[in-house]
Amino acid sequence: MSRRHLLLGGAAAVGAAALPDTPLAAATVDAAGALGQSKEQCWGPHQAGVATRSQAFATYLGFAIRSGVARADLVRLMKIWTDDIERMTQGTAVLADPVPELADVPARLTVTVGVGPGLFRTPGLSHKEQPSWLRPLPPFSIDALQAHWSGGDLVVQIAADDPVAVSHARQVLVGDAKAFAEVTWTQTGFRRAAGTTAEGATGRNLMGFIDGTVNPTPGTDDFDQVVWINDGPSWLQGGTGMVLRRIRMNLDTWSGIDRASREQIMGRRLSDGSPLTGSLETDAPDLDATTDGGLLTIPEFAHVRVAHARNAAERIYRRPYNYDDGVTGGQPDTGLLFTAFAADIDRQFVPIQRRLDRHDLLNLWTTPIGSSVVAILPGFEPGDWLGRRLLT
Amino acid sequence: MRRRGTVLAAAGLLGLAGLTGCSSASSPAASPNPSQGCPVTVADGWVKTADKGMTAAFGTLSNSSSEAVTITAASSPASSSMELHEVVDDNGQMVMQPVPGGFTVPASGSLTMEPGGYHLMLMDVSAPIEAGQDVTFTLTCADGASTEFTAQAKDYTGGEETYKNDGMDSMAPSPSMS
Repeated sequence: MSRRHLLLGGAAAVGAAALPDTPLAAATVDAAGALGQSKEQCWGPHQAGVATRSQAFATYLGFAIRSGVARADLVRLMKIWTDDIERMTQGTAVLADPVPELADVPARLTVTVGVGPGLFRTPGLSHKEQPSWLRPLPPFSIDALQAHWSGGDLVVQIAADDPVAVSHARQVLVGDAKAFAEVTWTQTGFRRAAGTTAEGATGRNLMGFIDGTVNPTPGTDDFDQVVWINDGPSWLQGGTGMVLRRIRMNLDTWSGIDRASREQIMGRRLSDGSPLTGSLETDAPDLDATTDGGLLTIPEFAHVRVAHARNAAERIYRRPYNYDDGVTGGQPDTGLLFTAFAADIDRQFVPIQRRLDRHDLLNLWTTPIGSSVVAILPGFEPGDWLGRRLLT
Repeated sequence: MRRRGTVLAAAGLLGLAGLTGCSSASSPAASPNPSQGCPVTVADGWVKTADKGMTAAFGTLSNSSSEAVTITAASSPASSSMELHEVVDDNGQMVMQPVPGGFTVPASGSLTMEPGGYHLMLMDVSAPIEAGQDVTFTLTCADGASTEFTAQAKDYTGGEETYKNDGMDSMAPSPSMS
């Protein structure tokens, strides 16, 4: 059972949560500002922001460690960030914040810190054991990766149900890291706004698909096995692996594809995400089913077929966000921040991605332009600090 | 017309904004506190990073006793000399100066030390105070008892007040980053 739980701000909110689908309840939530006062626990064996129910907004930051920074300096950075995270996620201003009011609305803020392979070039860290998968993904034929969307010695995910809370946390964390690391990329993403769909509903991506249906359920043994690391280097036990892929969608060419073709390409219905062989979103796709004419109901090229796990190891936890950076040069700069967590990236994620690379028809309208692989540090308890086992 | 812009670095104004309208110093009355041990604790302590020279520490002093307590001195391994300071409006210039008699924390109350207000002044930082470093401080109560706290060092660009004892010279610019 997950130790993370939602702490609601007021009695009104509790009443509203019990009656999520009545108009009166919705109005009560808004009136109380309960969404803004909801908090996610930041302490525990795992960092928040992985098993946490996806917040509406996220910013991902890639950092490069400054030259001259050594292990002892990273200790100081992690102590500052730990203090910042403890305060901001609980709705308290960080030390030295001249406008403490900016921390007043945490809105389920979480901050999740990961380390990339480049961190181990830091003097004093090169002897530390790294998991074999902590390296850039192998090249894929569909990739058009851009350096300025890729890598990162440190990668931080900041997520909340309020974009001001995300932005303020970004400002604080980047400012407090200035002496140690500089930001090399920033990616901002969004899902449906909090309170606009049923809690826990699968999100819809900007191509129109319900995205994230086949996913382990946080709080279950299944999720724990897929996601959390229990062996290998001690500094990473309780952590996980994260893949962040910036996948541009060519929505202009995609707009010419009719609904029936879109559903064939995905293998699911646009209306409710149900597989073409079923009637509910949660129905398992029947990959052997055929049409009256003898054709596969879910085509060979369909995304759900190609992505379907071939064995028990090929499972990941997806936590995606849409991105929309406007229109550049007449083209929509739009897509998906594909975020996946797995205990072993090479074993669980790479085989799926290899198949998608070769056979997924969706590749005609999507292009991965950024890619990062990081090790998400284990969680920390009160009095402890992030990354202590790695840095001491 | 306020003249403080001619005295203070632009960044310093940010740190002082909260102080506008603050009157000149009036000496807080030092009250004897004959209890055993200093009943003052410090929360949210932090100190501005500095390579050398002067810097300042902040935090919230809380007094758990039923009598007012006066802090008369501060010390730290990070600085050979320390003073208890406040920032005051001196004919339109925001200047900092030692607080005669020390900081008085009201009975069952608190006193906030923050940029532009009360602070602990480190007069002579000998070794760099770097971001994220823990710095310990000892506060001495009027009756001689003392209390300790730890402050986290943070980069901070505000609060560059003029030190009255330095005449018109402003403090060193914002500490460089290590």
